[in-house]
Amino acid sequence: MNFTFNDEQQMLADSIGRFVQDEYDFESRRKRLAAHGQSAPGYSEALWTRLADMGLFALNVPEAFGGIGGGPVETMIVMEALGRGLVLEPYVATGVIAARLIATHGSEALKDGFLQRIAEGKLRVSLAAYEPQARYDLHDVSTRAERHDGGWRLHGAKSVVLHGDSADWFIVTARTRPAATAAEGLTLFLVDAKAAGVSVQGFPTIDNQCCAELRLDGVTVADALVVGAVDQGLALAEWSVDQGIAALAAEAVGCMERLTELTCEYIGTRKQFGVAIGSFQALQHRTADMRIAVEQARALALMAAAHVDNNDRATRRRAASAAKAMAGRSGRFVGEQATQLHGGMGMTDEMACGHYFKRLTAIDMTWGNSEHHVELYGDFL
Amino acid sequence: MDLHESADEQRFRAEVRQFVAANLPDDIRAKVLGFLRVEREDYVRWQRILAARGWGAPGWPKDQGGCGWNAVQRNIFEEECFTAGAPRQMPFGLSMIAPVLMKYGTPAQKERFLPRIVSMDDWWCQGYSEPGAGSDLASLKTRAELKGSHYVVTGQKIWTSFAQWANWMFALVRTDASGKPQRGISLLLIPMDSKGITVRPIKTLDGGYDVNEVFLDNVEVPAENLVGEENDGWTLAKFLLGHERTAIAGLGMCKRLLRRLKEVASTQAKHGRPLLQDPRFRDRVAQIEIDVLAHEWSLARLISLEQAGRGLGAEPSMLKIRGSEIQGELGRLLMECAGPQALPFVDEATVFGYEGLGAKAIELNPLAGVYLDLRKVAIYGGTNEIQRGLIGKSLVAL
Repeated sequence: MNFTFNDEQQMLADSIGRFVQDEYDFESRRKRLAAHGQSAPGYSEALWTRLADMGLFALNVPEAFGGIGGGPVETMIVMEALGRGLVLEPYVATGVIAARLIATHGSEALKDGFLQRIAEGKLRVSLAAYEPQARYDLHDVSTRAERHDGGWRLHGAKSVVLHGDSADWFIVTARTRPAATAAEGLTLFLVDAKAAGVSVQGFPTIDNQCCAELRLDGVTVADALVVGAVDQGLALAEWSVDQGIAALAAEAVGCMERLTELTCEYIGTRKQFGVAIGSFQALQHRTADMRIAVEQARALALMAAAHVDNNDRATRRRAASAAKAMAGRSGRFVGEQATQLHGGMGMTDEMACGHYFKRLTAIDMTWGNSEHHVELYGDFL
Repeated sequence: MDLHESADEQRFRAEVRQFVAANLPDDIRAKVLGFLRVEREDYVRWQRILAARGWGAPGWPKDQGGCGWNAVQRNIFEEECFTAGAPRQMPFGLSMIAPVLMKYGTPAQKERFLPRIVSMDDWWCQGYSEPGAGSDLASLKTRAELKGSHYVVTGQKIWTSFAQWANWMFALVRTDASGKPQRGISLLLIPMDSKGITVRPIKTLDGGYDVNEVFLDNVEVPAENLVGEENDGWTLAKFLLGHERTAIAGLGMCKRLLRRLKEVASTQAKHGRPLLQDPRFRDRVAQIEIDVLAHEWSLARLISLEQAGRGLGAEPSMLKIRGSEIQGELGRLLMECAGPQALPFVDEATVFGYEGLGAKAIELNPLAGVYLDLRKVAIYGGTNEIQRGLIGKSLVAL
């Protein structure tokens, strides 16, 4: 094992680190947020383009399709840096999930149709896998797809689709066969946001990002837009979410680490009783526990990166659930401690602290919270 | 970055696993995995089996008769030995006094002591803590005065693990009380059969007698048993603390306890089904297994960084804290597995081969003791509060 970066990885880390430093100081971010208000897309088109120019969306695209052919470790490096900066431009669903899903499980036609454009940052994709009644159960799918005119017709609704308001395409799960168990008879489709019958209602999320409720009313989808095999979609949906989880786990590490640094800086300068409050042991011990929480999250983000493309489902699932459970628990701990150590300032929207806390909270509640993944992990004991 | 064990590392792991499986005596394995009493002779027997294979001193350099293994190999070795049920290699000689002797000892001291550490002809104990010097070790008061060719030592040590089995003790003693507490401390090697030494066993919460008080009353120690310079013992003590810092993680013990927990939770029933299938208990086992995984990956990461030449700062303190917290929780869960059977505690039943009353449920007998005993991990080797202080100070610039 070797946990040090090679030269390319170091260059990647440096270049994203520079981007975050240049564009994502807290004040610039706050100004941009204020300028967006609550209107779509809730992030900067110019910065999206810059991320694309840096090759970020090409990272998980194979070289044959104009990509870089990176893997989970490179994704982890990028996500950690994006987490440190609380970067608002949505990356995971397009740059990680869609790119990896199509490259790994898509037909040649899908690869030709999508990968180059993803690599160039010309497409935005959202994952629409969860439904209003389903909580975090990927198999609980009421959206149905019926054969129609040599293709499919989709009816149903998807809930809290992250960045769905600015998506060009959706990855949608739908029931193609009434099946004996919920796990069978699901299929994965790529749905064009501009197709007739697609309606999208966007709204903001707790962490100043955007999401949407998606309705599909008789949306026509061609056979060519099926990802993987018909009726075998659950395994792919699960695989896709695990790719996203590995990325989020790394983003959470970046958030937590930066938030711990900011908190230590704050208590090192804030004075009460004539001394920096960071000189008090009660506070120092809390920072030690924050640092430990970051380390635990980092350890399992590494484990997730090691196993997320493992062909053995149990190995992959186990690593993803462990990492997500830990990211949630550690993130909550670090966020709560940071808020407490910032005192009243921690409660204001004017300090970076709260924004990290909100992002960490959102990460926990996305694609299965800590409790959910501890439960899933229990299947592998 | 390469997040998978290399072919060499996998081969090495397999080699260790095979050797331990083939050579660890069954009675020792049963004692260790069953949390029964492990005797002096068991430790010595296993150490000699390892020494015969050339694995007696994993952390020592090759030219000193050690394995010359790097930290990754040592970690793999420890993990495999622990999970297979081998007794731990006693650290007091091998990884505490030996590295100090290698760096600061005289040629005569090295020649005399090092081989007998590997063969375990000598059993060492550590004379550090005193009733008034725990976390604040430098305030130790045991006095040593040079009179002719001997130091005369008077004072008291406490928490001395296995002093009852030891024939040597390395002890920090005060040779000068005039300056700062850290000055004036010396490191002496003291034969335990010296006149004036009394060992009083301390009974601990699990009913065991691993720790002792050692009273020293005008004990004469030959002057040649001083290690390093007189009054410079604190330097040696700090060197000792800085040695194999990642070994403090206790990952092998975590994995052994976890494996045992899953076994016991599979055999004990709740509401007519295995406890491991009870949703509440299962979540807790899942949670602690996730914690063990994080601990394992964190240790691997820190070892790798250290090998790449990045000095470790307060990071080993994180390993100590997490390792102890995880062992504590595993002990708690193990005890809870026993349910009402956590109550009976038959002292004789902690001895291998017991066939008396209640022998059927006897595998549960030690579990409450294990739980209680594991609290010590958060206390010894620098309490978790001391460790948190070290981490906190490294984080907050004042």
